[in-house]
Amino acid sequence: MESPVEIVQHTAGGVIGVSWLMIAFPLLGAAILLILGRKTDRWGHLLGVAMSLASFVVAVLAFFELLGLSAEQRRQAVHLYEFIPGMADMGLLIDPLSISFALLITGVGSLIHIYSIGYMSHDPDRRRFFSYLNLFVAAMLLLVLADNYLGLFIGWEGVGLASYLLIGFWQFKPSAAVAAKKAFVVNRVGDFGLLVGMFIMWSATGTFAFAELSEKAGGLSQPMVTAIGLLLLLGACGKSAQLPLQSWLLDAMEGPTPVSALIHAATMVTAGVYLVVRSGAFFFPEGSPQALAVAIVGAATLLAGAIIGCAKDDIKKGLAGSTMSQIGYMMLGAGLGPAGYAFAIGHLITHGFFKADMFLGAGSVMHGMNDEVDMRKYGALRKYMPITFVTFMVGYLAIIGFPLLSGYFTKDGIIETAVEHNQVLGWLAVIGAGITGFYMSRMIFMTFFGEKRWAEDAHPHESPTVMTVPLIILSIGSIFLGGYLILSNRLMLWLAPAVGRPEELPQFHFASTPGLATLALVAVGAAYAWMKYGRAEVPAVQPRGSFLTTFARRDLYGDALNESLFMRPGQWLTRIAVFFDNRGIDGVVNGLAAGIGGTSGRLRRIQTGFARTYALSILIGAALLTGALLLVGNI
Amino acid sequence: MSSLWLPILLAVPVLGAVVVALLPKGADQVAKQVTLAVSLVVLALTLVMAFQFPSAKGDRFKFAAVYDWIPSFGVHFGVGVDGIALVLVVLSAVLVPIVVLASWHDADGVRTADGTLITPKRSVKTYFSLLLVLEAMMIGVFAATDIFLFYVFFEAMLIPMYFMIGSYGGAQRSYAAVKFLLYSLFGGLLMLVAVIGLYVVAGKSTFMFPELVGAIQDPATQKWLFAGFFIAFAIKAPLWPVHTWLPDAAAQAPAGAAVLLVGVLDKVGTFGMLRFCLELFPDAAKAFTMPIVVLAVISIIYGAIVAIGQSDMKRLIAYTSISHFGFIVMGVFAMSQVAQSGATLYMVNHGFATGALFLAAGFLIARRGSPHIADYGGAQKVAPLLAGFFLVAGLAGLSLPGLSSFVSEFMVMTGTYASKAHGSGALTVAAVVSALAVILAAVYILWMVQRVLNGPTAEPVKAFKDLSAREIVVLAPLVALIIGFGFFPKPLLDVINPAVNQTLVNVKVDNPAIAEKGAGQ
Repeated sequence: MESPVEIVQHTAGGVIGVSWLMIAFPLLGAAILLILGRKTDRWGHLLGVAMSLASFVVAVLAFFELLGLSAEQRRQAVHLYEFIPGMADMGLLIDPLSISFALLITGVGSLIHIYSIGYMSHDPDRRRFFSYLNLFVAAMLLLVLADNYLGLFIGWEGVGLASYLLIGFWQFKPSAAVAAKKAFVVNRVGDFGLLVGMFIMWSATGTFAFAELSEKAGGLSQPMVTAIGLLLLLGACGKSAQLPLQSWLLDAMEGPTPVSALIHAATMVTAGVYLVVRSGAFFFPEGSPQALAVAIVGAATLLAGAIIGCAKDDIKKGLAGSTMSQIGYMMLGAGLGPAGYAFAIGHLITHGFFKADMFLGAGSVMHGMNDEVDMRKYGALRKYMPITFVTFMVGYLAIIGFPLLSGYFTKDGIIETAVEHNQVLGWLAVIGAGITGFYMSRMIFMTFFGEKRWAEDAHPHESPTVMTVPLIILSIGSIFLGGYLILSNRLMLWLAPAVGRPEELPQFHFASTPGLATLALVAVGAAYAWMKYGRAEVPAVQPRGSFLTTFARRDLYGDALNESLFMRPGQWLTRIAVFFDNRGIDGVVNGLAAGIGGTSGRLRRIQTGFARTYALSILIGAALLTGALLLVGNI
Repeated sequence: MSSLWLPILLAVPVLGAVVVALLPKGADQVAKQVTLAVSLVVLALTLVMAFQFPSAKGDRFKFAAVYDWIPSFGVHFGVGVDGIALVLVVLSAVLVPIVVLASWHDADGVRTADGTLITPKRSVKTYFSLLLVLEAMMIGVFAATDIFLFYVFFEAMLIPMYFMIGSYGGAQRSYAAVKFLLYSLFGGLLMLVAVIGLYVVAGKSTFMFPELVGAIQDPATQKWLFAGFFIAFAIKAPLWPVHTWLPDAAAQAPAGAAVLLVGVLDKVGTFGMLRFCLELFPDAAKAFTMPIVVLAVISIIYGAIVAIGQSDMKRLIAYTSISHFGFIVMGVFAMSQVAQSGATLYMVNHGFATGALFLAAGFLIARRGSPHIADYGGAQKVAPLLAGFFLVAGLAGLSLPGLSSFVSEFMVMTGTYASKAHGSGALTVAAVVSALAVILAAVYILWMVQRVLNGPTAEPVKAFKDLSAREIVVLAPLVALIIGFGFFPKPLLDVINPAVNQTLVNVKVDNPAIAEKGAGQ
């Protein structure tokens, strides 16, 4: 295995020297839109788009500048300012990993900004929506560009805030308000892990900087490294909706659909994968308990998400289940060390395209169907929304791993590497791919094929150009990006300076055993979906379903578990504490006060409310004090 | 040579208070304007002083002035500020004009939801006069370098606050005011005994703090005297289990008075622990560290849990403060530089954050006439600006990274975790347990936000007007400070760090910088 290269201090000017502009543009956009408020209603969305695009331009320029450097020079640290004296500086790390994320965030982010002009055109609060989107982009960029864990954490919580604001964007809906709070609180459980991990880092090494930590991590005891790794994983589970902190993501679909596409599919939820890959030093060596834990969490979540996806009639929740599942694949890849990193990041990038494509496609469908999300009330939409249909189909083929499309290369890379490292986890991933074939085909058949099952007032129509163009661009990426990144190990070599790479470069096999098995299972899944939802008529009302279906519909009882384990005991604890505080502690104090010579009555008399009474008592106090001093003085 | 800065800083608000008190009856508007002007003058003077601080003369206490007061007992009017005292004086000076502006109508009486008016017991000008008296006391208590003078300010501070709660507060104001007074007097009495004991045992015939550092050597004596000071400060802070006066006092006080009570007066407790308990009685402080840290951690978790269960906004905020004070006390006693600097910074940041939250809540309550969370709903729809400020203040309350309170809370927790003061893992456990509060904080703040701001707009809320220009001027500076110090805490820490180092030297924690980091270095 080859390690990452050393980080060098950026000295020359150029775009990398001003890479903070990437964060500054959208931050400025958010600030202007929030401070000026309704005055910007008319042009606020345009400013939002412009700021996101400006950030994208800086990212592209920085990318090319980095590309122009030799591999040894491709980790540039840009110092910004002293943050907490003696503890942490604020700085950026521009390397292949961070710049890849920056391109994804600003690129896909800008497309989603543009799409939102159309999608949110009827919303009186569109300007506020764009201010939050800009805030999100700024925070997400800080998360991936920061050169230390403290800066990363500020971005980490910043995206959490943006996610909170955007899930609850229609806060007058109680369900949206509750979902927003839930997302934040569950994420804080993960943040607890990240925080404690940072305590240990500081205590052991006196730094939060990636560069120093990767040097010093080798000198730490193995249990300590394992502890840090597991705590970081807890943080990653919260942000990336991995088991056991997955429950918030499905509720997060309360947010407007562009938010689901940008934050809860393409970028923020993948931050956990970024964290694990960036923290390679703490997940070393491959096969260490913490690395294995990452892979196990990934494998478990990829199955759980897929099973949930099978039972959802709400198109957005179906896609959310699939997001959980796909991030599970990325986590599995990230748990395999440098051999898996490139595939995990590759899948993260292609997923960013095809999932954003499908979410925006779902939004386009909803836009034309009066915001209906129940797929049982769709059907036959391919004729009415041809562009949405074609682009959605591309996303669909990409996610199920149809040969030569983006998802095929990246997912297959993860599966093959997993099978090489750990047979059990690898074959679980193969099974997960089969289930993906089923539930994604189900979605396609229910939405675009079969008979109309629309509500009476539905008049489906294709969305405006400002929405379809982003769909087309995203679907182009969903076709070609995977092959480009994976074949001839382009992405692996590009990322190597940042995350290291295996000694021996993998060869892409078009006919490996796991690969063929995956294709066969996907075909079976798709065929089964066709039998149930394509050939047969889809009931307009959800049938009762078996025990297993109910299990999946209820999100594997994740909420019920949280409720009985944490929420209800928590409520009891709160009630007891409040009671104790009112009666117990206060009762004792009041009783004591009343007991000492029946003071309560006398107190009331003292409470005359006249200033002179108080003046008198203060005078008496002063006299006592002076007397005491005199006594003391005489000793 | 004595510097005149601090005596002037004390005299200006006192003179202002006298002027306001002497105004003719009915000149309420003039009283408010004069009070605001005086508090702005104090702020300007304080800021000039703060900017000169780094270059000012003096080893530790700068702008020092010492005059004989009661020579026969060695009592001096001694004032001076180190970095810790300076930032707290600045905090007080910043908050007072904001509170004055926020309290513009607070002395006119409290209107309840059913329309009845609880009339104040005293005049409007008295309220503003009291505010200026209180400002002088607050500056004095942080600036006092003579322990007797400190004690006098410590006790005298109660008087204006007592009247502000008892005469201008809500329906239960008398009960709350008396409870506040009794608790504080009880603590004050213990401290008085300890102050006299310190004077006698030290046998130096002086109350000057710098001369008394290191004067008490006997460990047993240290423990007794430490206890006297500590209990007084623990009540003031307040620490579990002597905290129950705070929710009552804060809930009944007018919002502005509540800000000064929780934002500044309570800090005297934690400031006193850091300055007096630690430096005067270092061995006792070390001996008592673990029990105190346990109490602090209980405060952190207990305060947060009880906050979740509150139905009254002001009581809820008061309980969050009990949780936050727990962090400050933990930081003070963790005996590491990062934790103590964090604790000091926390005192300042908490003042801004809780101040903003109390004031925003106060603006909501003034509109609705009720502090009960259940009486609200959907305020964001009708008053987005007020809702936005309330949310930001709330996020500062849950220590969101990027806002100032995060930096201090993070420093306290990290510094406590990493502290090698006790060798064993006890402090690491305390830090990890306290970190659970980040989850609880999200629950208590966001649940309140959800019930007050979100959801369908409640019928009485529909009539809400958004913030007036005056109210924006009140909240905007606080929010600017919260965000500014969230990303640039350096100006404050550059002042705080040397003072904390000096404290640690006096407490004989060897080489504070190394005590911090440990095996990995």
